[in-house]
Amino acid sequence: MDRMDRRGFLQCAAWTGAAVVWTAAGGVLSSRVVTPAAAAEAPAGAFSFVQISDTHVGFKGQANADATATLQQVIDRVNALPTRPAFVLHTGDQTHGQKAGAFDTVAELLKGVKVERTFYVPGEHDVFLDGGKEYLERYGKGTVGGRGWQSFDYKGAHFIGLVNVLKYKGEGMGALGDEQLEWLAKDVGALGNSTPIVVFSHVPLWAVYPAWGWTTEDAERALGSMRRFGSVTVLNGHIHQVLQKVEGTVTFHTAMSTAFPQPAPGSAPSPGPMKIPEAEARRMIGVTDVAYVPGRQPLAIVDSTLG
Amino acid sequence: MLKLTSLVAVALAGILATASHAPAARPASVGIKDFTYGPAVLTVPVGAQVTWTNHDEESHTITSTTGAFGSAGLSHDETFTQTFARPGTYAYFCALHPQMRATVVVR
Repeated sequence: MDRMDRRGFLQCAAWTGAAVVWTAAGGVLSSRVVTPAAAAEAPAGAFSFVQISDTHVGFKGQANADATATLQQVIDRVNALPTRPAFVLHTGDQTHGQKAGAFDTVAELLKGVKVERTFYVPGEHDVFLDGGKEYLERYGKGTVGGRGWQSFDYKGAHFIGLVNVLKYKGEGMGALGDEQLEWLAKDVGALGNSTPIVVFSHVPLWAVYPAWGWTTEDAERALGSMRRFGSVTVLNGHIHQVLQKVEGTVTFHTAMSTAFPQPAPGSAPSPGPMKIPEAEARRMIGVTDVAYVPGRQPLAIVDSTLG
Repeated sequence: MLKLTSLVAVALAGILATASHAPAARPASVGIKDFTYGPAVLTVPVGAQVTWTNHDEESHTITSTTGAFGSAGLSHDETFTQTFARPGTYAYFCALHPQMRATVVVR
């Protein structure tokens, strides 16, 4: 490569199929390639979890002839991790356009993941046809008012799942809405500043590329509720590629899709699925593994590809 | 001269359609390519049938801003057809990519 900027490195890492640990200290990103020895490090009290995103079951096209098969491959990869993850976060677009039977297929496949539990937030593909009716019937239980958003604590860290695709109209941005924002402010209100916070939602909570709708219009209000915390990790999907940004104590991260890659912001006429040879596409789809180590901030985020 | 001939032909077609009360207008079509409806503004006569075809790999919808009509997600090469029985301006968008917007004008 002629140029080795951060994005260049990310692309390079993705294309060689290497897993990369990202760590941030004082707002500066650094990375290292994960070796089996590094992956085997497991300090006491540490845990890891997995982010699966944009499974798009039901999609069929040149960019992926079988999105069910690639999800299964990702699940096999998760089950082969040296450290068993505590749980899975699915950050939305389980289905491609709510195709008939797709929710069932995803549920059946995810039963095969060797974790205690999977938490969900919806993507626009999961809710656009019926305003979220089927999604909330399946995944609304245990969420705030059955509306899909939720929080839970795990080993001292506070996890918050937000829904930003149910007001997906107007200018094409994600939106959280007043009710959810008010709930969020209360939800984090009693937590100490040192509580590690992990927020997950489908559409990025930062302005990745508004022209393609890759932003959440009221995200700033959500982040305002969380600025006082020492470590906030924001995990999103929707854009089918790994991008990172650090803003003070907040680290933003977007995950790859398990189905097909999308172009870098503004690099193509439209954000449609990238048609690339299968063997190469496999290096641009995958899964995110996040490790939490007590007392060592922030969280280590590892993206690994199928290729 | 060529222009005049086609004008006459269009006029004749109009008369024929009115006379027979048959399906009034020729089918009109909108293509979806690169997350764009083409044409962005389609003008059709009352009673016209409009068919949308999605040429993208990504799914798109045709969703009326007023809820007057709407498609499911159209996969690659799938189509959706809507008949417009009343005059008016019908704005629509893609429920999956709401930045995609266009209009059908029925006269």
